[in-house]
Amino acid sequence: MDWAYTDKVKEHFTDPHNILRDGEDFPSDGKGKVGNVKCGDEMMFLIQVDKEKKTIKDCRWKTYGCASAIASTSMLSDMIKGMELEKAYQITPKEIMQQLGGLPEHKVHCSVLGDKALRAAIDDYYQNSGQEDKIEKEEAKIICQCMNVTDHEIEHAVLEGARTYYELQERTKLGTVCGQCKDDAERLLSEYIQKHYS
Amino acid sequence: MQKQIVYLDNNATTPLHPEVCKALNEAMEFYGNPSSLHALGRMARQRVEQARENIAAFIGADKDEVIFVGSGSEANNTVLSIFTCPSRNCACAPNKHIGIITTTIEHPCVMETSRCLSDRGLGVSYLDVDKDGKVDVNQLEEQLAKKAGLVSIMMANNEIGTVQDIKKLAEIVHKHGALFHTDAVQAVGKFPINVRELGVDFLTLSGHKIYGPKGIGALYVKKGVHFCPLIRGGHQEYGRRAGTENTLGIIGLEKAIQMRAQEMEQEEKRLFEFKAILKKGIEEQIPDIRFNGHPEDCLAGTLNVSFNGAEGEAILLYLDLEGVAVSTGSACASGSLDPSHVLLATGLDAERAHGSIRISMGRQTTKEEIDYLLEVLPRVIKKIREMSTAYNKVK
Repeated sequence: MDWAYTDKVKEHFTDPHNILRDGEDFPSDGKGKVGNVKCGDEMMFLIQVDKEKKTIKDCRWKTYGCASAIASTSMLSDMIKGMELEKAYQITPKEIMQQLGGLPEHKVHCSVLGDKALRAAIDDYYQNSGQEDKIEKEEAKIICQCMNVTDHEIEHAVLEGARTYYELQERTKLGTVCGQCKDDAERLLSEYIQKHYS
Repeated sequence: MQKQIVYLDNNATTPLHPEVCKALNEAMEFYGNPSSLHALGRMARQRVEQARENIAAFIGADKDEVIFVGSGSEANNTVLSIFTCPSRNCACAPNKHIGIITTTIEHPCVMETSRCLSDRGLGVSYLDVDKDGKVDVNQLEEQLAKKAGLVSIMMANNEIGTVQDIKKLAEIVHKHGALFHTDAVQAVGKFPINVRELGVDFLTLSGHKIYGPKGIGALYVKKGVHFCPLIRGGHQEYGRRAGTENTLGIIGLEKAIQMRAQEMEQEEKRLFEFKAILKKGIEEQIPDIRFNGHPEDCLAGTLNVSFNGAEGEAILLYLDLEGVAVSTGSACASGSLDPSHVLLATGLDAERAHGSIRISMGRQTTKEEIDYLLEVLPRVIKKIREMSTAYNKVK
């Protein structure tokens, strides 16, 4: 009988790699924490950097999250060891999912936390080592002026399951006042669906 | 060796009782359409009506007050819709603006139907519950004063097991001239229920929660009470639910109920004992937990517990790897992002709701299985908490 998710997910879930153990001494060069326990997911990533090679030497993580979050972060932690910082910075949830052999659609949002936490940890390292210029500022752009909804919120809504303009409206309330943002919102909607689910 | 599965998810569904299996096998000969006039049809009709009589007797109803439906969800949808028939010619339609009162802890089939009716302009209000999941009686009085046609309150909650005082609630509702429905899907067959003593106008029950087949339920409709069918186009079920009778399902439900009559009293005692053992064992071995639901007025077999710093889907799936089946109130297991609406309604914070599991025992549950759960659960929680960002905080 098949397990709830792929064998790869099961493997990483059963025996997650690179977890920060209680009391473990792991001096880190960068630390990132994202998510929120109230939303059911919170993740913390620690990295050690090889400053010469500009690669990730080692990493540890902790998570409050479901099986998919645990497995995808464990997989990510394996993927990035020895990887150049710049390359690690660009890892997408899609690449992690591919390595895991896929996740059901409603679980995709559980796998976006790992790469976000990793990027936060790399940002932290850049900050600590005077390389602020390398931090890519992901400034949110307001799409719906009336309801103050950003492109980030639209992406988040897509990850939560919004597939149509109506569902997007239900989740974010965008376009419910003047309606002028409809075209922009629909374009972003299809972009984010393409980005995460194609 | 294939590990035996310890099945502790009986509120989701139950295995068929062996006697039900036997009855189903023997029922294969009743393939005639109960509406047919020939011998095979008459044979099936007789069998269906005999089952109706036995099922009605089990809940203290008359035979013609019980109609068979496809599921508990169908029964609940039917009752909630009795005032909203879209036909102008339907005698059921006059009270378009009569409101509905229900609670914040109902099954999704009641919650979503209510939301839909509210979208269509019908006034719907939701009664709050206290921390143990008990309905606020004062609020019910207040809402009834604003005029409502129908009140729907579940008898026993599927997630936390809390049992409401239906008799008292029905009395209050009738004092204000409204009709009273109770979704008793989790209650029927767990303890004795008599519709006359309770004074309800409608009651929903389902086969697959009590070791009967899936796809069969029954709705009690008190004689003389306003009714409008949800599924039209046939004379079956006194014109109240069209569609050829599910003869096999009905015979299976009858047997399931007959077995409940024999077994439920002993079983309730046994499951209350198991629950006490479980609670004690969990409390002793695992810190930072909280039991959800009413401590006394609760289904014997249901135990809902929250673990700080551990997420429910992870708990469920680690237990699954150990061969134990439970369910969780975490959002992650449902596909939505919101944790259980029932736990949130009891005032539990989102974090603890995400970290909850429901253990629901049944007639086949043994002491060995309870001991096994108490052996693996502390290990699982410890493992999850060790990797959790949220556990040290609460210590």
